[in-house]
Amino acid sequence: MSSAIDRFDEKMRRGIGRFGRTVVHKGELLRHPVYTRILHWLVAISFVLALLSGFAVFSPVLFPWITPLFGGGPTARFLHPWFSLAFVIFFFFQFLNWLHAMVWTDSDSRFMRRFKEYVTNSETLEPEDTGFFNGGQKLYFWAIVVSVILFLISGLAMWFDNIIPGILVAISYVIHDIAALIMLAGFIIHIYESTAQQPGTFRSMIDGTVTAKWAWTHHPGWYRAMTGRDPREDYERALRETERERGRIEEPEAGKL
Amino acid sequence: MSGERLFQIQRISGHPGTVPGYGTQRAVEVCKYVDVTTCIGCKACEVACVEWNDHPFRETSFDNTYQTMPSTEWNYYNLIKFAEHETNGNLMWLMRKDQCMHCAEPGCLAACPADGAIVQYQNGIVDFQQENCIGCGYCISGCPFDIPKFNMETKKVYKCTLCSDRVGEGLEPACIKACPTGCLHFGTKDDMVSMANARAQQLKKYSGFANAGVYDPQSIGGTHVVYVLHDITQPELYGGLPANPQIPFSYGIWKWLAKPLALIMAVLGILAIIFHRILIGPKVPQPEDVPPLTDHPDDGQAARKETP
Repeated sequence: MSSAIDRFDEKMRRGIGRFGRTVVHKGELLRHPVYTRILHWLVAISFVLALLSGFAVFSPVLFPWITPLFGGGPTARFLHPWFSLAFVIFFFFQFLNWLHAMVWTDSDSRFMRRFKEYVTNSETLEPEDTGFFNGGQKLYFWAIVVSVILFLISGLAMWFDNIIPGILVAISYVIHDIAALIMLAGFIIHIYESTAQQPGTFRSMIDGTVTAKWAWTHHPGWYRAMTGRDPREDYERALRETERERGRIEEPEAGKL
Repeated sequence: MSGERLFQIQRISGHPGTVPGYGTQRAVEVCKYVDVTTCIGCKACEVACVEWNDHPFRETSFDNTYQTMPSTEWNYYNLIKFAEHETNGNLMWLMRKDQCMHCAEPGCLAACPADGAIVQYQNGIVDFQQENCIGCGYCISGCPFDIPKFNMETKKVYKCTLCSDRVGEGLEPACIKACPTGCLHFGTKDDMVSMANARAQQLKKYSGFANAGVYDPQSIGGTHVVYVLHDITQPELYGGLPANPQIPFSYGIWKWLAKPLALIMAVLGILAIIFHRILIGPKVPQPEDVPPLTDHPDDGQAARKETP
């Protein structure tokens, strides 16, 4: 089963990869191939459209603000399930594509335990065993998987409410909302982490590459796997070079800057 | 009717004594009175409804009863429900005029997300405004009486309007006008309820229906259609009239918890990331490419002064 998925992913990566290219400069690493990037943006666009049209129908407060974007309430209502269906289908391919990389490991459990240190930026480099995805990213991925299942089941009940018993439809509204809350929380954090919070991350979904520096800072385990080099050593060498360029050796006093 | 209410003077500035004419106008809440015990199942109200609302005759199906069709439809607001009920070897042929109950606390209105698609007038009429309807169908699951119906072609939901267009002109609803037996009446809620109570007492006293009573369910704040039933303890017999109609519990969670929570979460989440960025700052690939702080010692000192 797992090998069949891997074969399929490999086929898709090769097939879709032919339509685009990823230029990897010196000192850079390939992070996301063309297939992943295209899938990501298809998922993202369909999700944002579904989110906006869904929120328009969800909340009477937002209704008059958002429905005009889609050409009015009835159109927003009409389009929402189709946007959502596109989202579910695209995400399904992303699910297969990333399933292998998203398997939960001990390293991710350790990530959850040192969550506070992660959020408060109190460590220079991530732990050495942080692989291609860290625990937070995997948590977001699995939260989406759970939400998509909830969304799909409750959404179909609401879409075909003429053949589903009324009480199930009424419960589906609440389930759909819970799924939306999970997604919304993750989505806000996801956008923040990948843009303003971690400079150099956004380009990995556009150009497909990241700098070696970025890799040993955020995903040292992946850096080691890709280059066969020790992330900590490379970081320290780069640090010494930077200090030499700055023309000073001493560190700024801790806690004073 | 609501216009008269709007311009009814409540208070007057600098006026000694009471407001002239205060309290002379009667309550404006309207109500349909349906005496199930004197209905003969002639269906004149069904025809009058279809006629007044200019609906075409629609296809129906035969299910071994006198009932015109299994349930009300998007263009068939008013339906006599026929039920055969046996007690102690006696057959009771129950006929109940089924239509929108115009609840005081309408489940459809609570469920509806579209601005202005469902309104409740001060006179108690709950009316759908199809131009604002987005066709989500939430009202259908919100209704404890299974009344709103979806039109697949227009993608809008329709139901009995209590002839708001006629009532607004001071006329009674079309179904009331057509009734030949006088089992239907239209008037203020107070009048109709007292009339119904009087009729129920009469049934108890003279006709041997010890359980006769008035159906005006308080679980949804009362309705603007009241029924006189032979047996108020078993309203389900009359084509499935719920004894204790409830707006599904999940609506409360959905409306009062999930909806505000989502907005609060979205706002707090965005505030949280903005302040996280300012107070804790980004995770920059290490080592950082920043110009040395000590090139201009004064600037360095200035930066240090800010540190507590």
